[in-house]
Amino acid sequence: MIDKFVNSVAEALEGIKDGATILVGGFGAVGQANQLIDGLIELGLRDLTVVANNAGYRQIGLARLLQLRRVRKIICSFPRIAGSTSFEDLYRAGEIELELVPQGTLAERIRAAGAGVPAFFTATAAGTDLALGKETREIDGRTYVLENALHGDVALVEAWRADRWGNLVYREAGRNFNPVMATAAALTIVQTQHVAKLGEIDPETIVTPGIFVNRVVHVPYGDPLIML
Amino acid sequence: MKSENKTSAWTPLDRVGLARRVAQDIPDGWYVNLGIGVPTLVANHVPEGREVVFHSENGILGLGPGPETDKINPWLVNAGKQYVTLVPGGSYFHHADSFTMIRGRHLDLCVLGAFEVAQNGDLANWTTATPGAAPAVGGAMDLAVGAKRLWVVMDHSTKEGKSKLVRKCGYPLTAPACVKRVYTSLAVLDVVSEGFRVVGMVPGLSFEELQSRTDADLFPLA
Repeated sequence: MIDKFVNSVAEALEGIKDGATILVGGFGAVGQANQLIDGLIELGLRDLTVVANNAGYRQIGLARLLQLRRVRKIICSFPRIAGSTSFEDLYRAGEIELELVPQGTLAERIRAAGAGVPAFFTATAAGTDLALGKETREIDGRTYVLENALHGDVALVEAWRADRWGNLVYREAGRNFNPVMATAAALTIVQTQHVAKLGEIDPETIVTPGIFVNRVVHVPYGDPLIML
Repeated sequence: MKSENKTSAWTPLDRVGLARRVAQDIPDGWYVNLGIGVPTLVANHVPEGREVVFHSENGILGLGPGPETDKINPWLVNAGKQYVTLVPGGSYFHHADSFTMIRGRHLDLCVLGAFEVAQNGDLANWTTATPGAAPAVGGAMDLAVGAKRLWVVMDHSTKEGKSKLVRKCGYPLTAPACVKRVYTSLAVLDVVSEGFRVVGMVPGLSFEELQSRTDADLFPLA
């Protein structure tokens, strides 16, 4: 019998090592697996490479992981911590390496990793500082930049509902990078707000089929923090 | 330094005036992405009777207006992390699909703010490259090359009175030769091969006055 549910965050995170590359879903305060990130902190993991759109918010989850200097490098499109200047402080102090990636290129590099595509050409960033040192090619009169697939050792995903096969549904803007990252890591770990019986989620509405998911933990934390 | 506000013959558009002016030019049926700042305000001023579908990078088509404070849905934010609503017919999708819409030329229009626009259409709007500051780019570079058209909305000059329309960008580029049209607080200008063609000015402003406040080559509408 397939049952991807585990009993605790600690069990869900078992086997992750220092120096791992971790894909972290979420956009702003929405759709980020905060309890799994807190679990990484508790495990004392360090020297991590984090791939995420933002650098978190306030002093919780990803922001806290960064503030505790557990992250060696962040691969990110918008490295800001909402409500805090702590990312800028770390960056200025030279305590974190930043690979700045345009948001669409970030999504596509992760998608490519999940799809077995090693690299692709894109017009994004051609002729800009973010293409410096990268291979370019002219195709039909337009210049494109070669971008490599971006794999994770681990993906941390937040879902709204999950069943024991790991089929996932997301909630509103909480979807964002989560389904893309779920496809692109050796170990995909999900925290879900709700548990569904197998067969209960309408197959027409499943966003992430269970094949992409390794472990699921039930974390019914409620709603994201409202930040005005 | 010339002040835009002290001249009696004409008045620059304020943020709302600018947003309203841009909104007038968006036809019924377009799919549109709006950047952070004044571009976001454009959504509030679409003329009655036009159905325009707003896209957000974080996986939303059919953005509606901001909710009342007591009706906030904490799961529903736009790319600027502001709370929004969804209109009937709206949809959610993941980031790779969202940027398929952007990079695959499915959006009719993107409206962005800018630090500078050069007369060849070069756009600088992502970083001022201040030493020691952490740069951030978001979706700006994808939108600049991916939307069918890119319009910029911005003040005509910086607070220090420096023209934001330039012959060549001084700040790092977001994308080369991508801007089609610029709405400034003083004028509407199309990017054409010789420079900026003025297609409209605030009432009372002369072409010569506009040129004197602009560090780029302007051409009157023939």
